[in-house]
Amino acid sequence: MTGLTRGSVRPNQWLRNLNAKIASIPMILTALVIFVGGTAWTVVYSFTNSKLLPRLKFVGLDQYERLWEAPRWIISIQNLAVFGFFSLIFSLVIGFVLAALMDQKIRFENTFRTIMLYPFALSFIVTGLVWQWLLNPQYGIQSIVRSLGWESFSFDPLYDSDIVIYGILIAALWQGTGLVMCLMLAGLRGIDEDIWKAARVDGIPMWKTYVLIIIPMMRGVIITTLVIIASGIVKVYDLVVAQTSGGPGIASEVPAKYVYDYMFLAQNLGQGFAASTMMLLTVAIIIVPWAYLEFGGGRKRG
Amino acid sequence: MDNLASKSALKRHEAEDTRIKAGPRGSKPRSALSRRNIIVYGTLILVAVYYLLPLYVMIVTSLKGMPEIRVGNIFAPPLEITFEPWVKAWAEACTGLNCDGLSRGFWNSVRITVPSVLISIAVASVNGYALANWRFKGADLFFTILIIGAFIPYQVMIYPIVIVLREMGVYGTLTGLVIVHTIFGMPILTLLFRNYFAGLPEELFKAARVDGAGFWTIYLKIMLPMSLPIFVVAMILQVTGIWNDFLFGVVFTRPEYYPMTVQLNNIVNSVQGVKEYNVNMAATILTGLVPLTVYFVSGRLFVRGIAAGAVKG
Amino acid sequence: MKLRSLVGALAATVALPLGVAGATDLEVTHWWTSGGEAAAVAELAKAFDATGNKWVDGAIAGSGGTARPIMISRITGGDPMGATQFNHGRQAEELVEAGLMRDLSEVAEREKWREIVKPSSLLDSCTIEGKIYCAPVNIHSWQWLWLSNAAFKQAGVEVPKNWDEFVAAAPALEKAGIIPLALGGQPWQASGAFDVLMVAIAGKDVFEQVFAKKDAEVAAGPEIAKVFKAADDARRLSKGSNVQDWNQATNLVITGKAGGQIMGDWAQGEFQVAGQKAGEDYTCLPGLGVNEVISTGGDAFYFPLIEDEEKSKAQEVLASTLLKPETQVAFNLKKGSLPVRGDVDLAAANDCMKKGLDILAKGNVIQGTDQLLSPDSQKQKEDLFSEFFANPSMTPEDAQKRFAEIIADAD
Repeated sequence: MTGLTRGSVRPNQWLRNLNAKIASIPMILTALVIFVGGTAWTVVYSFTNSKLLPRLKFVGLDQYERLWEAPRWIISIQNLAVFGFFSLIFSLVIGFVLAALMDQKIRFENTFRTIMLYPFALSFIVTGLVWQWLLNPQYGIQSIVRSLGWESFSFDPLYDSDIVIYGILIAALWQGTGLVMCLMLAGLRGIDEDIWKAARVDGIPMWKTYVLIIIPMMRGVIITTLVIIASGIVKVYDLVVAQTSGGPGIASEVPAKYVYDYMFLAQNLGQGFAASTMMLLTVAIIIVPWAYLEFGGGRKRG
Repeated sequence: MDNLASKSALKRHEAEDTRIKAGPRGSKPRSALSRRNIIVYGTLILVAVYYLLPLYVMIVTSLKGMPEIRVGNIFAPPLEITFEPWVKAWAEACTGLNCDGLSRGFWNSVRITVPSVLISIAVASVNGYALANWRFKGADLFFTILIIGAFIPYQVMIYPIVIVLREMGVYGTLTGLVIVHTIFGMPILTLLFRNYFAGLPEELFKAARVDGAGFWTIYLKIMLPMSLPIFVVAMILQVTGIWNDFLFGVVFTRPEYYPMTVQLNNIVNSVQGVKEYNVNMAATILTGLVPLTVYFVSGRLFVRGIAAGAVKG
Repeated sequence: MKLRSLVGALAATVALPLGVAGATDLEVTHWWTSGGEAAAVAELAKAFDATGNKWVDGAIAGSGGTARPIMISRITGGDPMGATQFNHGRQAEELVEAGLMRDLSEVAEREKWREIVKPSSLLDSCTIEGKIYCAPVNIHSWQWLWLSNAAFKQAGVEVPKNWDEFVAAAPALEKAGIIPLALGGQPWQASGAFDVLMVAIAGKDVFEQVFAKKDAEVAAGPEIAKVFKAADDARRLSKGSNVQDWNQATNLVITGKAGGQIMGDWAQGEFQVAGQKAGEDYTCLPGLGVNEVISTGGDAFYFPLIEDEEKSKAQEVLASTLLKPETQVAFNLKKGSLPVRGDVDLAAANDCMKKGLDILAKGNVIQGTDQLLSPDSQKQKEDLFSEFFANPSMTPEDAQKRFAEIIADAD
């Protein structure tokens, strides 16, 4: 090992930056060409009346006016807010608790981990169907509980416009918490054992050690998890299609579904692009200031 | 190199040893039926039931014949077990004219997944390492753009990417598809690695620098072995995402490269005609087997804590 | 035993052989993937292979959202397939206008499509600025009410002969614990059911004024108000269906848990698979038994412009093969749809299909909404009706107002 990279014994600024820059070329290209370029392209075409094919026939803000007049879009936004809020909180809490339990040097860790993670491996097109069955009042959980003698039991979230989004939440957590647990577990495994020892010596109770010492140390992993969950929430689509197709009526529609449906089913690219631009704008407004503070400010390793 | 870093690593390793010997992170050694154990295992088993219930329904359904499914009790075990749906899903279900089930696309999926997973993880981990430990001016801007990119619905990007790939001359090739998977895996993976590397004990990195190790040496000899759990997470993400990807696989390649999910989609997503739920369930489980195997096998790497890996470097 | 065959199958098929090219290969993409559909496609392929060419199958299930972006990307990405299915009508309009599709007028002229294709509106849908761009292959109609004879027997009422009788019989069904009308939750089902009600109740002329001429005044007028009243009834009767897929809804009818379902002729396949017989176990009422009119939507093949001369020739051969009488009979019997030419004999058709053929022969046809409205307007209509059918607090009057707005904006 000592014979390697003699040149960088006392690395000067240029060499050090060179390697890092080479390593970052794919990122820079992706960011500029695909994300900036592609997004600019989309935004430009959202001001056109492109239907099946992108065409530069500008119509001003027409697509946006129509978007905000559509009852379906408004409901989609509201649903996303509710779904996003609960999904974020429950995923984080459940994921962390499970990871903490898994970190107790338990037996069969691998088996438990795979059980919690397997839903993530399965296509939602079909597992959505299974959840649709489970939550169906005629032959799912409700009928089982009723057949056990609890006649008045009622549980049909997918068929009640007011609570349908929670029915989708149940399946979303089923699919997603396993991954959150794994992320958290990876974070916990990255924490120095000495910390635990010290806490034990000081007689700090375990829950306090988690809340006051461990969680703050897992900041990086938690932020990663947050971004993964949040981007998943914004893009949520398959889940809704497989379980309710946006129903009953339009009660469980979500923005991403609006975008896809209008791009490909309605063949109205302009409308789909306008909707996706609004989604992206919202995300950017929330993320940019936060990202700037998080990544831009002088953090510990400058 | 060998001095400081490995010393601290060694210390850590000892800690790891005592941790394993000492048992749980709590204080006292436990008996098999301690209150703690009951709470821990009780909760885990309860949670496992919630996770397994849909799988139970899927397996039971996949073992029934269609007449039995029509009767309607989804929880009832099959009266007469049949493996027909499984055989059909794997080898007989028709995709248009080709009646060879999921098997048709299996090797294509492997050919797509292996290079895409390896390249995307390699690119993103090096990139995340550069961002965490070797920051340069301007990097944060690109990184912020990348993170916002994680929120863009894929489908919106289809047409611009078709244009880019067409101009690069790789539209319809396997290379093009690997590039697309690398691009869309990049935001989350880079973030994952960047934050993980940034959270590692700084002394290790500094010690290596003092010992004269450079960019690549530190990455390969120190960072890599210390980050096995996070590599497993990255692998879980990518194997799942790429193996289950359907849209990119068909939009950016031609039929000779179509992955297994095309057949899966054709089996489960028929618009008109009879839906064979048992075959659907069998096909879904079959398709999921590869990621599941990866989870189970690679999951063992989770057991290694941070210190156990470092001593290997 | 069965386990062994599973293992055998695994072993036999892991190595995948790729077909070796013979004559001119033509890749054909389509979304016919279920059992009956695939069998029908096999007939097309057989007929095409018999001409000395080779049909390379590129099936992608799931029409709109799934198959279409793939087809469009392939065509615009410069790697087009030899031929592709679309619901004929307005879906491929722009690809044609962009000059990406092949003009079939010559073939059509030579094979006298104008004379043989019945109803002629099918070919009109393929025609853009006087040139023919697609080959229609079948007719699917929407206007059917499927009834469970067992359900009505259980409720102690006669099997209805038309929509009004059906509505009148509903209370008896409800009393017997049967859902009168099964309706799946997917948006297109509600929207389609409304169109069916419209033809049945307001008649062919009003239907054409609204959807063909896009007359918003008619759409806001008293005739359509009547249709919305009927839709209001349907909404009430369909309460408690609690299923998503159309065939889950059909299954409710098959098992006698629901009295009836408004669905296209493809529902027939479900009854057949369940071993039920038309007339004995179930009853079909075209045009809801009120107005025996059927719509003539369906599928067609389009041919992207390809520079390769041999492929272009093969495209022509395929186009002409698709409309050959033998192909039409073989294909449509398997598909359960009606042929696009009136001069073929479908002796093997079942009762309900025969009813359809009779109506077709009488010329009581309308164009499907796929042909008349742009996919954009169709989608807006779906959004409206899925909301209307699911939300009892939305009055028919409000819904009609929004419907009229969609028609006014339609193109």
